[in-house]
Amino acid sequence: MVGHHHGGSPVSDGPTWADLGRAARAPGHPVVALAGNPNTGKSTLFNALTGLRQHTGNWPGKTVLLAQGVARHRGKSYTIVDLPGTYSLFASSVEESVASDFLCLARPDVTVVVADATCLERNLNLALQVIEVTDKVAVCLNLVDEARRKGCECDATMLEAELGVPVVATVATKGRGLGRLMDTVAGLNSGTITTRPKRVVYDPDVEEALAGIEPLVTRKLPPGAATRWLAVRALCGDMGALELVGDMSALELVDGTGGAVRKVTEGFGLGPAPSWPAARSTTSTAGGKSS
Amino acid sequence: MARTNEAERKGIGPLALLAPGEAGLVVGLSAGGLVRRRLLDLGFVPGTVLRAVRRSPLGDPTAYSVRGAVIALRAADANNILVRRAPESTGATAAAPDD
Ligand SMILES: Nc1nc2c(ncn2[C@@H]2O[C@H](COP(=O)(O)OP(=O)(O)O)[C@@H](O)[C@H]2O)c(=O)[nH]1
Ligand SMILES: [Mg+2]
Repeated sequence: MVGHHHGGSPVSDGPTWADLGRAARAPGHPVVALAGNPNTGKSTLFNALTGLRQHTGNWPGKTVLLAQGVARHRGKSYTIVDLPGTYSLFASSVEESVASDFLCLARPDVTVVVADATCLERNLNLALQVIEVTDKVAVCLNLVDEARRKGCECDATMLEAELGVPVVATVATKGRGLGRLMDTVAGLNSGTITTRPKRVVYDPDVEEALAGIEPLVTRKLPPGAATRWLAVRALCGDMGALELVGDMSALELVDGTGGAVRKVTEGFGLGPAPSWPAARSTTSTAGGKSS
Repeated sequence: MARTNEAERKGIGPLALLAPGEAGLVVGLSAGGLVRRRLLDLGFVPGTVLRAVRRSPLGDPTAYSVRGAVIALRAADANNILVRRAPESTGATAAAPDD
């Protein structure tokens, strides 16, 4: 497959997530993010949707290149962003953190999760995480030709009912289903299509801790950021999430929740994560597994 | 160590013990926190059948076929995954999630 990084050289002073957020709010020019596991056909889809109307930019502070392009659909232009492949929104590499930060902070108008129909189960992990982050989301069930070749019929309607978001079957290499995909993107953007995403409700202890963290996170982030998900990441001791909340230290965060965080992490037997300060000796010993 | 021996008799051990071609069933994860989260995100969920595919010339990392993708893990990470070796595993029969 032709690489997608042609048509422009990397720019060092690319847009910040705030710039991208502003672009997203400019009328008539929605931002659409393509997220998905590696090798699900994101770049193939990106190329098919944007043709040669592409350029790349650097994510602020990172060396990862983000390909952006313009898709025209029914007289309207959409900025399409081809995110690095990731298995999770819990980032464990720079590439993954770019994908995760883009979805949580730049807040695209519409997110498309590109899923490989030949190993759907694996792909649903990320899909469910993205569904936790945004309402304006569709699943692009790609490679349905390969799945069929392996004897697997995909029931997009049933999957749609299970997830509560639109599912569009595609064969990106042949351009099949792309019109319907863009119709769905357009409908999500304009609000003519609404979703009822199936969301995870955690155990009461966890929900209590999240309720404590979320306001603290919200205070530090721009309006519209995916605060609940960032609270989930912070609760898991994800340093990336703590970095995002700027000058807030792990200690501040733990203190601010009145012990709810510690109760949860110790209840799971995780012990204090490396990011949690060890100074709080009365409660930070790993022994407290009871309850 | 009595416990370890008992576990070994049942064919349970860390994933890193699987030789290329051997299949196993994930029975548990011994890591907590973000490492556990990461392994689950990569598809190493208890109940999953997987197969060691190949080992790098230096012996580490090893690539595993798991839930339709090939994932490379260092032994340090693979040791957090407990597997039950497939009976008379040749790799071809019990687990071919990727072929
Ligand atoms: N058969 C088939 N192959 C596809 C389809 N979409 C993408 N591919 C192929 O899958 C491989 C990975 O695609 P790519 O776009 O690079 O995936 P990315 O890693 O998600 O960007 C390439 O060889 C594509 O040609 C599809 O719908 N059907
Ligand atoms: Mg790509």
